[in-house]
Amino acid sequence: MQKQYETVFIMTPVLSEDQMKETVEKFRRFLTERGAEFVHEENWGLRKLAYPIQKKSTGFYQLFEFKAEPDVIRPYETEFKRDERIMRYLTVALDKYAVAYNEKKRAKKASASAEDEKHEPEEIIPSAPIE
Amino acid sequence: MQNTDVKYLTPIAVEVNKKKYCRFKKLGIKYIDYKDANFLLKFVNEQGKILPRRITGTSNKYQKKVAQAVKRARHLALLPYVTDCLK
Repeated sequence: MQKQYETVFIMTPVLSEDQMKETVEKFRRFLTERGAEFVHEENWGLRKLAYPIQKKSTGFYQLFEFKAEPDVIRPYETEFKRDERIMRYLTVALDKYAVAYNEKKRAKKASASAEDEKHEPEEIIPSAPIE
Repeated sequence: MQNTDVKYLTPIAVEVNKKKYCRFKKLGIKYIDYKDANFLLKFVNEQGKILPRRITGTSNKYQKKVAQAVKRARHLALLPYVTDCLK
């Protein structure tokens, strides 16, 4: 039974754009070779970190959302650990609410960008102020 | 002598005891996204500590999810572990 997962990982800022793309490609290939099916991926680009990691204050963020067999995850995470270009990674199994949330978010984003370029996409979660 | 009773022309603004509520239950939010750091900022104080339930009014079920999301966000350097004057 395939499960849906989501991975966010941070690559070192010392990489060039091409090296960064290559790293992403490596992990994408790793998953697809093992029968994973990609649902979504997102590159957040170079972002500032909330605190320094390995004495770096920025990093390239990449998001993967995919369906895979649970036995794939362990070698997949080991691969992250071995790769010195990766500063941080986090893989999370998504429950049905998370899947629904992500789909809704994507649909909203797609319609917002298609409909009107000028308007900023709305905040996803309606939020009330703290009393 | 002097009248010690203090009299106000208008009644003093007394803090109306508003009932706290769980925003997740009220708004029907089922999943808390750890990638949305701006939203999680509502559940931490300016040192980056997670606010207790008695202040935010979140129900136990969702407080656990909030805590999990904040901790994930911290791991990915979207939120700080420790700071001064966040916000």
